[in-house]
Amino acid sequence: MSDAEIAVRDLTIRYGQHVALKGASFEVRPHEIFGIIGPANSGKTSFLKVLNRMDTFTAGMHFEGQVEVGGRDVRAWRNLYALRRQIGVVFPLPVGLPLSVYDNVAFAPRLAGVRAKADLNVIVEGCLRRAALWDEVKDRLNALGSLLSGGQQQRLTIARALSQKPRILLLDEFSIAVDPVTTMRIEAVLSELKAEMTIVLVTNLVQQARRLADRTAFFLMGECVTVAPTEQFFLRDADLDPRARDYVEGRFG
Amino acid sequence: MSAPPPHPDTAALDRRDLAWYVDKLVAVLVFVGGVSAVVFIVGIFAFVTHEGWGFVSEHFSLRGFFGSIRWAPTSTSNPTYGALALIAGTASVTGLAMLVAVPFSLGAAIYIAEFATGRTREVLKVLVEMLAAIPSVVWGFIGLSVMNPLIIDVFNVPIGLCVLNSGLILGLMAAPIMTTIAEDALKAVPDTYREAAEALGATRWQVTRRVVLPAARQGLLAAVLLGVGRGFGETMAVLMASGHAINLPTSPFDSVRALTATIAAELGETAVGSTHYQALFALGIFLFVVTFVINLSADLIVRGIRKT
Repeated sequence: MSDAEIAVRDLTIRYGQHVALKGASFEVRPHEIFGIIGPANSGKTSFLKVLNRMDTFTAGMHFEGQVEVGGRDVRAWRNLYALRRQIGVVFPLPVGLPLSVYDNVAFAPRLAGVRAKADLNVIVEGCLRRAALWDEVKDRLNALGSLLSGGQQQRLTIARALSQKPRILLLDEFSIAVDPVTTMRIEAVLSELKAEMTIVLVTNLVQQARRLADRTAFFLMGECVTVAPTEQFFLRDADLDPRARDYVEGRFG
Repeated sequence: MSAPPPHPDTAALDRRDLAWYVDKLVAVLVFVGGVSAVVFIVGIFAFVTHEGWGFVSEHFSLRGFFGSIRWAPTSTSNPTYGALALIAGTASVTGLAMLVAVPFSLGAAIYIAEFATGRTREVLKVLVEMLAAIPSVVWGFIGLSVMNPLIIDVFNVPIGLCVLNSGLILGLMAAPIMTTIAEDALKAVPDTYREAAEALGATRWQVTRRVVLPAARQGLLAAVLLGVGRGFGETMAVLMASGHAINLPTSPFDSVRALTATIAAELGETAVGSTHYQALFALGIFLFVVTFVINLSADLIVRGIRKT
């Protein structure tokens, strides 16, 4: 037993015959921001899907090896919905459920049985504040979530992910559809959230990983090439896999 | 900067080639196809109205038509044309059919769209569509020869051709088409909603109830309305299973007679242009208007979905 928040050993992910990730092993420590970088089709998103068992949602997706969250294999949970409630996910493109802003954030608490309006109000306001969205939407909480701008919707999904008080927050290239100013605001939010939870940040932007991540993994073509403290990726004389250095310095990908 | 060189073969720009003529020809053909739908619906409505108009203008009264249960067009001394019992017959059968069909078809649609996976889903979809293709006379035959003795035995009633029998048959007939349309409505809800809700720890049923069903509710309503329209217009199965007796039903075991069945059974027996003949066409006008309104509302509702 290690004290890792997420422990991955020999993880291989397949879609039918296609191997998306092969034999990856690494650990994510509590209260760190763990960056995952790498070009497209490297297995980054597939890894996130295994963490909260969203593989059950994708036809033909299978994985072997061990993935432990909080010291327990993700397949050992009898109630996988309970596992998902501990893990918040932010998708690349914001998905506002076809509900009001308020109901979007209150969705998970309601599923968990929170009924009292006063309690829900506290949760909704708290989550929207922490996602740096409250001031912009407090006057239109009953408007449809899908009417917000792209950047606002992405912060709405972050507020929604926070509403279930997750111990792990997964972000999958959250800044694809977000302008640079909003990106910086969300990054500031993430730095604060680190005190309360563990964050796994999949990103295309090497500089984003550099700004945020304590440690970073480099995935390439289904292989976990390197896991190292993030600054090592940017030190000239660090002992780094040459492929990782090439990627970080923009020579491919 | 110099002027562009003259086109080497400017005549080619004016020459109409084969592709040009084919295009024009196809445009005319598909125009005819598209317009024919309008021509037919207007033509049929004009025909039915024309044939029934003599009755509407001379014998029709609101109370006599909608307020009387006496449909006795062949009486020699005092022919009467009260459609209330026929309307009640159609309405009671359709109502019971919807009580059967709505839960069945919504359940089936939710199972196929949300819970079933892979092969099960594909097989079920094909089977449901095949069920929709069973001719109505076959359903009527089942009502007559299977349901009839069953109802007599189980409920100990003298006759099993009644509202219950034809309602069940009609419900089973309408369910497949309603299932198909309802399933289309559920499938139109983007998967990203389901994924996002599941990532929040919602169970499959919670996702269905709180996200998918609300998002699809217009399509589901349209499915139900189309089922109602189907029930209203169905003739053969109802004729065979309802008992065809003029009756204001007070229990599910009463025999009734439907509007459509009345027209089908009597039109061949009447003299063209007689009052009886015209009265049957007046029933036709009424049916036409009701089904038209139902289908139109279903269509408008479906259009509403596409806009949002």
